Amino acid sequence: MNSHPLIRLLDRGSTLFLVLLGAFAVAIPVLNLLMPDGSFLHVSTYFVSLFGKYICYGLLALSIDLIWGYVGILSLGHGAFFALGGYAMGMYLMRQIGSRGVYANPILPDFMVFLNWQELPFFWYGFNWFPYAALMVLLVPGVLAFVFGWFAFRSRVTGVYLSIITQAMTYALLLAFFRNNFGFGGNNGLTDFKDILGFNIQSDGTRNALLVTSCLMLALCFLVCRAIVTSKFGMVLVAIRDAESRTRFLGYRVEAYKLFVFTLSASMAGIAGALYVPQVGIINPGEFAPANSIEAVIWVAVGGRGTLTGAVLGAFVVNYAKTFFTSGILAPYWLFMLGGLFIGTTLLMPRGIIGTYNAWRAGRSEALAENAKNNITGAAKEDGAMPSASPSAAE
Amino acid sequence: MTATTSDTMTETAVAPASTKKKIDRQTTSALLYLDGISVSFDGFKALNELSFIIEPGEMRAIIGPNGAGKTTMMDCITGKTRPDSGEVYYQAGTIDLSLLDETEIASLGIGRKFQKPTVFEMHTVEDNLLLALKNDRSVRSALLWQSSADQEKRIDQVLDTIRLKGVRSRVAGGLSHGQKQWLEIGMLLAQEPKLLLVDEPVAGMTDVETMQTAELLKEINQTKTVVVVEHDMAFVRELGVKVTCLHEGSVLAEGSIDQVSTNDRVVEVYLGR
Repeated sequence: MNSHPLIRLLDRGSTLFLVLLGAFAVAIPVLNLLMPDGSFLHVSTYFVSLFGKYICYGLLALSIDLIWGYVGILSLGHGAFFALGGYAMGMYLMRQIGSRGVYANPILPDFMVFLNWQELPFFWYGFNWFPYAALMVLLVPGVLAFVFGWFAFRSRVTGVYLSIITQAMTYALLLAFFRNNFGFGGNNGLTDFKDILGFNIQSDGTRNALLVTSCLMLALCFLVCRAIVTSKFGMVLVAIRDAESRTRFLGYRVEAYKLFVFTLSASMAGIAGALYVPQVGIINPGEFAPANSIEAVIWVAVGGRGTLTGAVLGAFVVNYAKTFFTSGILAPYWLFMLGGLFIGTTLLMPRGIIGTYNAWRAGRSEALAENAKNNITGAAKEDGAMPSASPSAAE
Repeated sequence: MTATTSDTMTETAVAPASTKKKIDRQTTSALLYLDGISVSFDGFKALNELSFIIEPGEMRAIIGPNGAGKTTMMDCITGKTRPDSGEVYYQAGTIDLSLLDETEIASLGIGRKFQKPTVFEMHTVEDNLLLALKNDRSVRSALLWQSSADQEKRIDQVLDTIRLKGVRSRVAGGLSHGQKQWLEIGMLLAQEPKLLLVDEPVAGMTDVETMQTAELLKEINQTKTVVVVEHDMAFVRELGVKVTCLHEGSVLAEGSIDQVSTNDRVVEVYLGR
């Protein structure tokens, strides 16, 4: 860990990832807006929204990888933070509808008029103002994660027990949000959005802008994650993952480290949800379903946990497969595919796509270094410094 | 503590200090002061009225058959286990360790090596030491941390002491068992503790490594107080320090290795009746 912080931050894989993401963020809008409709190169608006959705899933996967891959906290309820961020954005979008709703009430969203509510509940105040809504996107998941984590980590709940509690958390929220009198639209959730920041939410321009914004947020969050995992803080996280009590006996306050990174991760998931909602046009309690959270964990496992880039790749690969399989005659078999994918990854490729690739490359460069050493010295020394240890350690 | 000469080493002479010459914790100069510690797990008394003191600068070897309560004793000192009764005081009776948790106790300068070598397997040897270096442990300082020449120098010093300079950039998981033991001792040193608790440092080591470890601990003892728990009698003899023998959770005998190893009760306990 002697190199310059910036070099550690942007290693080869990370740079490649950012370049690809940037290219993607430029190419898709160009191909959608500038290519004529009939052209072979034209990307339809359907795909723009679809890719935007994948990027949001990628950000959710990134946030899970930060805590699962580096600290070993397996959250099976991260979809809850995603959904809460989504609801915060949905509330803003609902307030933007104004008198264009079915009941044309300038203040109350349609579902409240339908329920015969006379005035706006206090927790809806301020959501017509975008900066406030954006703050809530970060704060609501963050505060929930902070409170949840404070109790869980202080009581030293770890491993499978923690995973089960996170499942319970998202399930409890699912049930709460299903209730009509909870004030968030019940079963139907929030939908029928008209515009965002004054732009028509259905227009091609807005959809492309949302895609680009999602890519930018993903890049930003990726850099934040990289900065964290390459700092000494990140070394402590891995230390906690591998030998928690050792870390404690060295004098580190393990629960403070976990709490910080768990809260940060929840806020990132919230951002992902907030960007997701305007692109799919709806948020409902279904997003809290425990199965969603588990699916997100599968993306990370498939891509390779503890790699960051792998999590995003996994989200893309699995979701593309999902889109592909659920839109054809193979639709009934998708869940079998997903289950098979998870079992297959666990059995055959436990490090995931990127993890396996990294291990293969580290092995190859080790062999190359070994060869080079043999050529120079004629015979390999048995116990000297290992030049090959540094590239693999950098990952 | 108890005036033990080889001829008075009978059952009465080796009774714990708590019953006879009770040292008041207010006036003790001891670095570590344990008085009447009892711990039971589901009715099994792991520690039973255990009392002993460690003076500053001392090295003490603690021996005893399996289940004598050696590791539980360490757990009580380091905050992993709370004693059911009794007192654990640190630094001349000023700090009550039974009220603190592991992190607080570690930051007071008590370092612990586990029975099974526990290093951070995915980190390199020098990163292991870097994590252990005495430093601000807060989240904020870890986020803003920068490497410095001073820290590099301290890591180099520790690497010299534990004889692992040649493997500094190797991943700790790839070290041999003996090297891991040394690395863990090195991590203890990097913490710059006042008191080192070392649990079975030579388990699984070759004879040469065992002797080297004894040397290493003696070197460390020049500046720090050390408590070593060990089974290996040759190693304890090599250390040449005061020995405390535990049995069924309390002190059975205390004195030089020759005194203790010729004690009738100790022989009985170790060799069976």
